[in-house]
Amino acid sequence: MNPTTTKKLLLTLLAWGIAVIVFFPIFWMVVTGFKTEVQAIAPPTLIFDPTLAGYNTVIERADYLKFALNSIVIAFGSTLLALLVAIPAAYSMAFLPTKRTRGTLLWMLSTKMLPPVGVLMPIYLLSRDLGLLDTRTGLIIIYMLMNLPIVVWMLYTFFKDVPKDILEAGRMDGARTFQEVVYLLLPLTLPGIASTGLLAVILSWNEAFWSLNLTTSDAAPLTTFIASFSSPEGLFWAKLSAASTLAIAPILIFGWMTQKQMVRGLTFGAVK
Amino acid sequence: MRERTSGRTVGGFRNLFLQGPAVTLLLLWMLVPLGMTIWFSFQRYNLMMPSVSGFAGWENYYYLVTDPALWTAMGNTLLLVGSVLAISVIGGTLLAVLFQQEFFGRGIARLLVIAPFFVMPTVSALIWQNMMMHPVYGVFAWLSKLLGLPVIDWFSAMPLISIIIIVAWHWMPFALLILLTAIQSLDDDQVEAARMDGAGPLAIFWFITLPHLKRAISVVIMIEMIFLLTVFAEIFVTTSGGPGLASTNLAYFIYIRALLDFDVGAASAGGVIAIILANIVAIFLVRTVAKNLET
Repeated sequence: MNPTTTKKLLLTLLAWGIAVIVFFPIFWMVVTGFKTEVQAIAPPTLIFDPTLAGYNTVIERADYLKFALNSIVIAFGSTLLALLVAIPAAYSMAFLPTKRTRGTLLWMLSTKMLPPVGVLMPIYLLSRDLGLLDTRTGLIIIYMLMNLPIVVWMLYTFFKDVPKDILEAGRMDGARTFQEVVYLLLPLTLPGIASTGLLAVILSWNEAFWSLNLTTSDAAPLTTFIASFSSPEGLFWAKLSAASTLAIAPILIFGWMTQKQMVRGLTFGAVK
Repeated sequence: MRERTSGRTVGGFRNLFLQGPAVTLLLLWMLVPLGMTIWFSFQRYNLMMPSVSGFAGWENYYYLVTDPALWTAMGNTLLLVGSVLAISVIGGTLLAVLFQQEFFGRGIARLLVIAPFFVMPTVSALIWQNMMMHPVYGVFAWLSKLLGLPVIDWFSAMPLISIIIIVAWHWMPFALLILLTAIQSLDDDQVEAARMDGAGPLAIFWFITLPHLKRAISVVIMIEMIFLLTVFAEIFVTTSGGPGLASTNLAYFIYIRALLDFDVGAASAGGVIAIILANIVAIFLVRTVAKNLET
């Protein structure tokens, strides 16, 4: 065997060893979801009769679907709203830049720096007084605002990559701003908009500070639902694992699909 | 010429119209809660004692800084932020170099190793607490027994370290994801030239790779710091800050004052402290990003 192949084999062994260790808790969770409750707490083994009982009980519980639906409505609702507000803003920043554009962008970024726990009390009291505690509307509004700076930033970086000539050509033909955005810009930047949207969905789906503090049952998303397993009487590992697997699977796939563009969004364009 | 001047004024109105909603919403989102937190922090305001009210001056702050629990929480916060940063940045850098090499099944291995970043915090906390670190049924306990080592009851023997492990498991893949992207823009020719000149792999890493990653690493540090300062769900689900105050950080401390004691004044004073801490970090992050925006 020549030295390059040996080196490659050793690297493969090392890298895969680390990858397997890092991924193990997720793998173990998925496996445990296919066990019975008795097998779940038996000494760890990979040899067992897989059963769908855990998944069935979780899905059959009517409230699981309610929590899943809450997560979907809140994540996608807040993302759509954020895109709706952010697209015009990012458009004007990218195509009609002024002296103030840079300052506005940086200011938007700085609003992300307010730690949620610093404003826990006001947001809690405002939600209570406006009747938004434990409602989907409340979380949709908060997540929309939470993700708005990232969404504007990401869209701005994607829009800036669009050659100005294309839009100029459209403008000559007498296209209004609205038409310009809808018929020219959106189709051109659809992949960028999609990955921006997916990132916002991921961040909203996994958010666990506001959801734990502002929802209890009616509007509780999956983060809150899973947390309810932490009570001692709720220790059913197979069910916990099945519910967790269902809760993270779509987001894991979204994340894998958009990892390249996510780096851009998460670092505000500082790393491409 | 005429067209350009008119275009500019129309552009001004258009900008206002287009950016208005986003700017107004964010302005409200920032100023209203911030103003309220600062206002509350100077008030006697407890939801359980509606009769007590009025201007408190610095009373809430005084009460807070003389509370030894705050300093325990601050110490824990520092320890948590520091350890997770060290683990994720050092681990992330080394793994970025490793996963940049050519090996079999690289694409899949990369997907596996960044996966934890996409797991919601309540799920990762419960998997680790129950299936990994459980003193009787956990995988770690099973491994210890197999190797003849004493079994550790992680969450009661070393609660803060357990939280650090869980949080680092989430954020190390984030660092890796960012640094792996950054390392891909490293100039191969430069590395090749250095190798020709007889530089070993360690020298290449130290003098070429690391300087190249400098900015990405600083961005990772700042972003993680902002999130790590207010780690909450992992503690909420597993230890509830205990035993005692052993795993209470600043965020959890404020949460106890706010939603368990209903002491709005003290919680808000704590909130102001958290905001100040986060903003010290934020100034540096905004500066780095701003520098990048010019080029």
